[in-house]
Amino acid sequence: MNDILLFSVISLSAIGVAASVILFLIAQKFKVIEDPKIDVVEEVLPAANCGGCGYPGCRNFAEALVNSANKNKSIEGFNCPVGGSEVMGKVAEILGLEVEEQEPLIAVVRCNGSRANASQKISYDGPATCAFAHNLFSGENGCPYGCLGLGDCVVVCQFDAIYMNPETALPDVNDKCVACGACVEACPRDIIELRYKGKKDRRIFVSCVNKEKGGPARKNCKVACIGCGKCVEVCTFDAITLENNLAYIDYEKCKLCRKCVSVCPTGAIHELNFPSRKPKVEKTGEGDAALKKEKVIAAKKTESTKDNQQELKS
Amino acid sequence: MNMLIVSGSPHIHGDTSVKKIMYGVVYAMIPAMLVSVYFFGLGALRVLAISILACLLFEWVIQKYLIKGPLTINDGSALVTGVLLAFNVPSNLPIWILIIGAFVSIGIGKMSFGGLGKNPFNPALVGRVFLLISFPVQMTSWPVPKLLFGCQALTDAITGPTPLGILKGGLKMGKTVQELMTEMPSYVQELLGNQGGSLGEVSAIALIIGAIYMFVRKIITWEVPVAYFGSVVVFTGILWLIDPMLYVNPAFHLVTGGLMLGVFYMATDMVSTPLSSKGMLIFGLGCGILTVVIRVWGAYPEGVSFAILIMNAFAPLINMGFKPKRFGEKVIEA
Amino acid sequence: MSILKTFKPGGVNPAENKLSANRPIEILNPPGQAFIPINQNLGAPAIPLVQKGDEVKVGQLIARGEAFISSNVHSSVSGKVLKIDNVVDPSGYKRPTIVINVEGDEWVPGIDRSSEIKKLVTLSQKEIIEKIKEMGIVGLGGAAFPSHVKLMVPDGKKAEFLLINGVECEPFLTSDHRLMLEKGEEILIGTSILMKGLGVDKAIIGIENNKPDAIDHLSGLAENYDGIKVQPLKVKYPQGGEKQLIKAIINREVPSGKLPIEVEAVVHNVGTAYAVYEAIQKNKPLIERVVTVTGRYLSKPSNFLARIGTPISDLFEKASGLPENTGKIIGGGPMMGKALISTETPVVKGTSGILLFSEEEASRVPVKNCIRCGRCIKVCPMGLEPVLLAQLSEREMYTQAELENVMDCIECGSCHYTCPSGRPLLDYIRLGKSKVGQIIRNRGKK
Repeated sequence: MNDILLFSVISLSAIGVAASVILFLIAQKFKVIEDPKIDVVEEVLPAANCGGCGYPGCRNFAEALVNSANKNKSIEGFNCPVGGSEVMGKVAEILGLEVEEQEPLIAVVRCNGSRANASQKISYDGPATCAFAHNLFSGENGCPYGCLGLGDCVVVCQFDAIYMNPETALPDVNDKCVACGACVEACPRDIIELRYKGKKDRRIFVSCVNKEKGGPARKNCKVACIGCGKCVEVCTFDAITLENNLAYIDYEKCKLCRKCVSVCPTGAIHELNFPSRKPKVEKTGEGDAALKKEKVIAAKKTESTKDNQQELKS
Repeated sequence: MNMLIVSGSPHIHGDTSVKKIMYGVVYAMIPAMLVSVYFFGLGALRVLAISILACLLFEWVIQKYLIKGPLTINDGSALVTGVLLAFNVPSNLPIWILIIGAFVSIGIGKMSFGGLGKNPFNPALVGRVFLLISFPVQMTSWPVPKLLFGCQALTDAITGPTPLGILKGGLKMGKTVQELMTEMPSYVQELLGNQGGSLGEVSAIALIIGAIYMFVRKIITWEVPVAYFGSVVVFTGILWLIDPMLYVNPAFHLVTGGLMLGVFYMATDMVSTPLSSKGMLIFGLGCGILTVVIRVWGAYPEGVSFAILIMNAFAPLINMGFKPKRFGEKVIEA
Repeated sequence: MSILKTFKPGGVNPAENKLSANRPIEILNPPGQAFIPINQNLGAPAIPLVQKGDEVKVGQLIARGEAFISSNVHSSVSGKVLKIDNVVDPSGYKRPTIVINVEGDEWVPGIDRSSEIKKLVTLSQKEIIEKIKEMGIVGLGGAAFPSHVKLMVPDGKKAEFLLINGVECEPFLTSDHRLMLEKGEEILIGTSILMKGLGVDKAIIGIENNKPDAIDHLSGLAENYDGIKVQPLKVKYPQGGEKQLIKAIINREVPSGKLPIEVEAVVHNVGTAYAVYEAIQKNKPLIERVVTVTGRYLSKPSNFLARIGTPISDLFEKASGLPENTGKIIGGGPMMGKALISTETPVVKGTSGILLFSEEEASRVPVKNCIRCGRCIKVCPMGLEPVLLAQLSEREMYTQAELENVMDCIECGSCHYTCPSGRPLLDYIRLGKSKVGQIIRNRGKK
C-alpha cells in the first residue's frame, strides 16, 4: 500500500518538475520584451476603452504614447479626451515630458429642429436607426440636413452623456460628456461637433447645418440658418464664415462676445449658460423685434431645459 | 389628407405570422389528442388540460413580472409547448409532477433565454427529459390502453411497459427478437395507437394525419422528417440484416415509441433546428443515428428526446457549417 | 404543357392585384409646370445646358450626361425655363431639377409623331449605340441604368443572347403588360434594333404566364422576326431581376459580383425596347413613359402615357382623385418601390408606377422575435441568409456581413415579405450594404 502511495507521489512530482522546466524554457524563448512604462501609463489612463483617442483601447494608446516618447521625445498630438489634461499631465510626468494644456471639449448638437420649430410632415415607419432613415428620405420634418431624432448618437455613447429629449425629439448633451467623438462619428448628418467647453460652460454656436437657401430652409424649420451673413458682418474677430448659405463659428477664434446672437434674424445662433440680459430696444421694424424676442425666448428655453436635464441627471 | 408614411420596401407583407404557424401546429395535434383521450380516457384529458393551463400560466407570469415585456401568451407558442409536454408523459402522471414539468419547460427551457425564438432547446423536450431523469418511476409506468367506454382509466390500476421497453428488457434477459415479438401488439394495433406509451406517441396514424396537414399548410418542410426517417430506416435496416435475432426490423422502430411524434412535431420545431435545407438534412441525420444508438445500445429504451436535444445543441454549429448554396457562387468556365 | 421555366432558388408569390390590367394606355396632356430632375439615371447626373428664361421645345436636349455612366435629359414640354432649383424627387431628397413653365406644345422638328410603323432599320451598330445615348434612353424597368452602356460589350467578352424582360413580376403594376398588348410590333422592332446594336442573332422575350394575352400577341407577331422568340415563364417574384431572368430563361448563373455579360447575356426591359424603337425609327428622345397609377381605394386605376416631369398629383387627378385615406404613396411596385414624401414628386424615367396605399395597408405588421424558421433563407433568390445578414448589420458587424456576401443582395424584399415575425430584414440588410459599400470604397482609396 505504501509503495503505491510513494510511487504515485514521486511520479506525479516528477511530471510536475518536468512540466515546469518545459514551461520555463518556452516562456524564455517566446518572451515579449515590453517597456514596463506601458503598464504604468495604462494604470493612469481611465480604462474606458472608448476609442476617443483614435486607438482601439487604452492599452494600445499607452503603447503608442510610450513608443512616441521613446522615439520622438514628445507626445504631442496625443490626447485622452476622457481624462483630459489632468491624465495627460500624469502621463507626461511618467514619461518625463511636458505636455501642453489642452482646452476641454464637449459634443454640441447643432440642430434645433424640434417638433415646435419644425413641424412633422411625414411619418417614418421602420427600424429606429438614423443611418437607415438617412438613406431613405430627408426626415420627418422635411429638413434634409437636420436631426432625424432616432438616437444613433445615444446608442454609441458609453458615458451616458447624450439622451433624446422627448419634448424636442433632439439629443441633449449633459456634463458627463468627455468628447470621445463617438456620437460625431455615428451621426449620419454630421450635426454633432466637438467644440471648446468654454469657461463656465459658456458656448456660442450656430445651431443649424442646413445648406439650403434661406427660403426652403425656413419652410421646413423656423430656426434655420438662412445664410443672411449678418453675423459675419458683426463679428469683430473674423470667427464666423459663411459657406453654402450656412454660417459657421470657429470656436478657436470666438471670444464669446455674443454680438452675433443678437443680430441673427432666425435665432439660429445659440448662447449657452450666459447670464440673462435685457433685450435692447432696437430701432428696426416691429417684425424684427418680435422675431428677436422669439429668439431670446427660444435660447432661454434651450438653456433652461439643459439645466433641468443636468439637474435631473445629477 | 393624412400624413404620408415613409418606410423601406417591401411595402406589402405575406400572410404568414407566428400566431398562424403556432395555431397550425396545435390544429395538427388535434387527431393525436383525440386518439389519446380515446385510449387513455379521462386521465389523458386531465394531463392535457393541466399541462396547457400550467404552461400558459407560467408564460404569462414570467412575461408580466420578470421580463416585463409585451404579453406573448397569445402567440400560441406556450400552447404548443403545453400540448407537446402532455404528449410526452404517461396519462397517470401525478399533477404536481406535471406542473413542475411545465415550469421547467416554459421557465427554464424558454423564458430564461429571453422567450420565444431565443431558446436553444425545444422547451417541451427540456421539460420531458427533466421529468424523466428526476421522476423515472412515475414517468415510465405507462397505463395499458383501455378504451374510454370500458372505463378504468382514472384509477390506472393496470400499468405495463411500452413495446420498446419489452424489447429492451427481453433482449437483456437473453430472449431473441422473434420470441419477444409474440408478446407485443400487432403492427396494425401499434399504428392505431393501441400500445403502451405516453399520451401523444401511441398512434402513428393520428400523428401522420396531423403531419400531412402541416405539410399542406407549409408549416414544416420535408428535410428533417425525410432525413430522420431515412437514417433510422437505413441504420436499423443494416443492423437487422446483420442479425435479425438480436436486432428488430426497421418497421418496428418506425411505429413504436416517440419517433413519429419526435420527427414531425419536435425535430421540426423552428426555433431550435438549423436554418438552411442542408443544415436540416444534417440535423435529421444526426437525430436518426443518435435515436437508434440510444435505442439499441443505450440504457434507456427510448432515445428520441435525447437525440433531438443533443442535436439542438449542435444546431448553431450546423448553421455555421452548412450554408445554403449562393446564387452565382460557382465560377462558370467561359 | 410542359413545366414552365422559372428561376431557382427562392422566390415568393405575392397577391397579383393587377387592377389596371384591362385599362388601355391613356395619353396624358402636358402638365402646367414640368419638373425635370437632371439625375434620372443610375450613375452621374447630367450637366444642365439651359438657363433661367430660356425657351425650350419638346424634345430639346436640356442636360447632357458627360460621364461614362450617365444619360442625356430632354425637355418633355415646350415653354420657358423658370428656374433650376432643388425639388423633391423620388429619392426622398431635394435634388437639382429644371423647372419649366409650359406654354403650348411645340416640338423640335424632325420628330416623327405619326403612329405609322417603320420596320426598316438603316443605322449601323455603332450609330445605333450613339443614337440611343443621344436620346437619353435608360432602363425603364425601374433601375434606370443607361441603356447604351449595356450595349457596349467590354473587350474580350461577347454576347450571345439578348433577353427582353416582359415579366413585370411586381404586383399591381401593368404598364409593361399594356405596352406589350398595344405596342407589340414596335417592341419587336425595338428588340431587333437592340439585337443589331449588341451584335447578337438570338433574342428571347420572357413573359410570365399570368399575361396569356401578351404572350399570344407577341408570339404571333414574333413569327415575322428572325431570331426573336417568346418564352412563357411561371409566375414567381422576383423573376424580373436581371440575374433571375437569365437563370429562368437560359439557365445560366451570373457569378457573384459580376455583370450579366459574364454569361454572354444582356437584359433589356420591354419598355426600353419600345423607347429604343421610338428613338431610332422616329427620332424621338425619351420624354414620356407609361405609368401605372393604381391602388385598391383609387376609383379608376389607370395606365397613363405621361411626360417626364409631370407631378404625380396630375396623375391622381386624372385617375379621379387622391383617396381620402391615403397613407402611403409608392413610386414603383409594392415590393421594391420607394415611398414618396410628396404629392408633387415628378414622374421620372424610372417611374414604372405610382401605387397608393391606405393608412391601414401602409402600416407594417408588429415586429416580434425571430423564430428562426428559415423562411427568409428559403425564399432568398440569391441563396443568402437574410436573418444572419440583418443581425450582423443590426449589431454593426460589417466586416462579417461582407464575408457573408451582403453585397450580393438584390433588395427584392422577399425575406421581409415572408417573415412571420414581421422583422424588417431588408431595412437592416440595406443599411449593411451601404456601410459595407463605404468600407469597400475606402479600401479602394487606400
